[in-house]
Amino acid sequence: MPLLSVEGLGIDFGGLRAVNDVGFGVEPGEIVSVIGPNGAGKTTLFNMISGAYRPARGKVSLDGEAVTGMAPNQLAERGLSRTFQNLQIFQKMSVLENVMTGRHLKARGSLVADLFSTPASRRRTAEARTVASGLLARVGLDRAADQQASSLSYGALKRLEIARALALEPRILLLDEPAAGCNAVETEEIDHLIADVAKSGVAILLVEHDMKMVMRISSHIVVLDRGEKIAEGKPEKVSRDPKVIEAYLGVQEGSGHALG
Amino acid sequence: MRLSSKHLTLLILLAIVALAPLAFPSNFYYRIGALAFVNGLAVTGLVILIGFAGQVSLGHAGFAGIGAYTCALAPIYLGLHPALAMLLGTVISAGIAWLIGGPILRLKGYYLGVATLGFGILVSMVLANEVPITGGADGREVPELGLRAALKFIGIDLSNAQFWYAFTALFLLGGAWVASNLHDSAAGRALRALHDSEIAAGTVGVDVARYKLSAFVLSAVYASLSGSLLALMNKFITPDVAGFLHSVELVTMTVLGGAGSVPGAIAGATLLTLLPQALTALQAYEHMILGLIMMLVMIFMRDGLVPTLSRALRGRG
Repeated sequence: MPLLSVEGLGIDFGGLRAVNDVGFGVEPGEIVSVIGPNGAGKTTLFNMISGAYRPARGKVSLDGEAVTGMAPNQLAERGLSRTFQNLQIFQKMSVLENVMTGRHLKARGSLVADLFSTPASRRRTAEARTVASGLLARVGLDRAADQQASSLSYGALKRLEIARALALEPRILLLDEPAAGCNAVETEEIDHLIADVAKSGVAILLVEHDMKMVMRISSHIVVLDRGEKIAEGKPEKVSRDPKVIEAYLGVQEGSGHALG
Repeated sequence: MRLSSKHLTLLILLAIVALAPLAFPSNFYYRIGALAFVNGLAVTGLVILIGFAGQVSLGHAGFAGIGAYTCALAPIYLGLHPALAMLLGTVISAGIAWLIGGPILRLKGYYLGVATLGFGILVSMVLANEVPITGGADGREVPELGLRAALKFIGIDLSNAQFWYAFTALFLLGGAWVASNLHDSAAGRALRALHDSEIAAGTVGVDVARYKLSAFVLSAVYASLSGSLLALMNKFITPDVAGFLHSVELVTMTVLGGAGSVPGAIAGATLLTLLPQALTALQAYEHMILGLIMMLVMIFMRDGLVPTLSRALRGRG
């Protein structure tokens, strides 16, 4: 059974079927990418899986447990973490504190202990700091640790969000356009980071516009168009699928190998 | 041992509190100091709610009113010692904050402001209208705490003003210590996280509703203690303590000093307690100048006095 499984998922906005009857699965260590033209419903799909929207139809399961419509914090407790297409950084905190906050589920304890700064409370914070420092080094932000998060560049903030999501030690990580707005070097760094995380056994669900990156790192690709799944499979198979090519380029005779 | 900035801030605060009396020309200044500390305590609670968690309240004087009137009434009706009445006041305030916080904190921004405003008005109306119990608008006497007499018995002889200066300072320092601890703890990070992005806070596992409620209850406890101290210090209390003006005054102190910073809030409370006294010499222009100072601070120091000044001192102004 896959770690994350999505069946017949759908949601409507007004009269519009934003996403309809989408299903797929993600295994531990696998990188599954969701691609599709603008407005295909990729981020909406992400928002349903991660608890930001409540789906109108269908089912999401994590490790066999039905988690459809659960709040984001309940999903986090079950090991699901995500990043955002439009950054959601804790702007007024330091870079290090952002990642330490990502460790909330392991760092939290009794409120009274936190109010009186008991040794247990200080230990929890010290542990979070150690883990967070390690993660900042991993995404190459260790030297910015004490800066206010709002002072970082866009590419750095993207990596900060990934570090924050990893601090949770997720079993499944949803990455919404992690390389958007990044230059070629940054994209490659993020690319390596994602492959690395997947190798450690984390299941990864990715939305990304950078087709080169998608084709290079994905184990499996799901293609959406107008809210429906139109193709699914290995990168080389999907990139030759006529329906996929049509969705991306419109109907064209003999357009051949358009992606990848 | 290396001093953390938290301990340094608290030490500076302690030094100011301990050394300020050296510059006091008369006993009257102990009383002004104590008033500043009482306000500072309530404002420190609002730093947790507004500065850390980003939730506005325009009704926290309501909790001060509950704390104050519990000290006035519980000794008479329940035969409690005033010190225990103070404790009972915080329990009642925390309980009420917990009950109303659930539905109220689902609101955001000015909706939340108006809802909390309603709560504050409700409390002050009850206090003003239940004349047989509360004495109505004329106010009510509050029994003597009795601690000063006990101190005198063991050989520490303080004037009334000196005693209240020291006693309220202890509460303020304790409150500031707790709030600073919270700031740097997992719970404090959760509050500051939901301030910046509720959706991202949820994503890292923060139960947003629960943490908002904790901040609301905590700040209610601070306000309640502040009200109790005011009542016990003045030995008399009127419904004004719970009034809308007092709520607004507390929020103004919080924002003026720097909502996100504990020393900032205390500076704001001190400034707005002292300024009206200092400006009385200008008589008719007092309120005008006070208003002008507040406007100028907000225009030129948007983060509040202390955060702006400390940034400027570190040379990144």
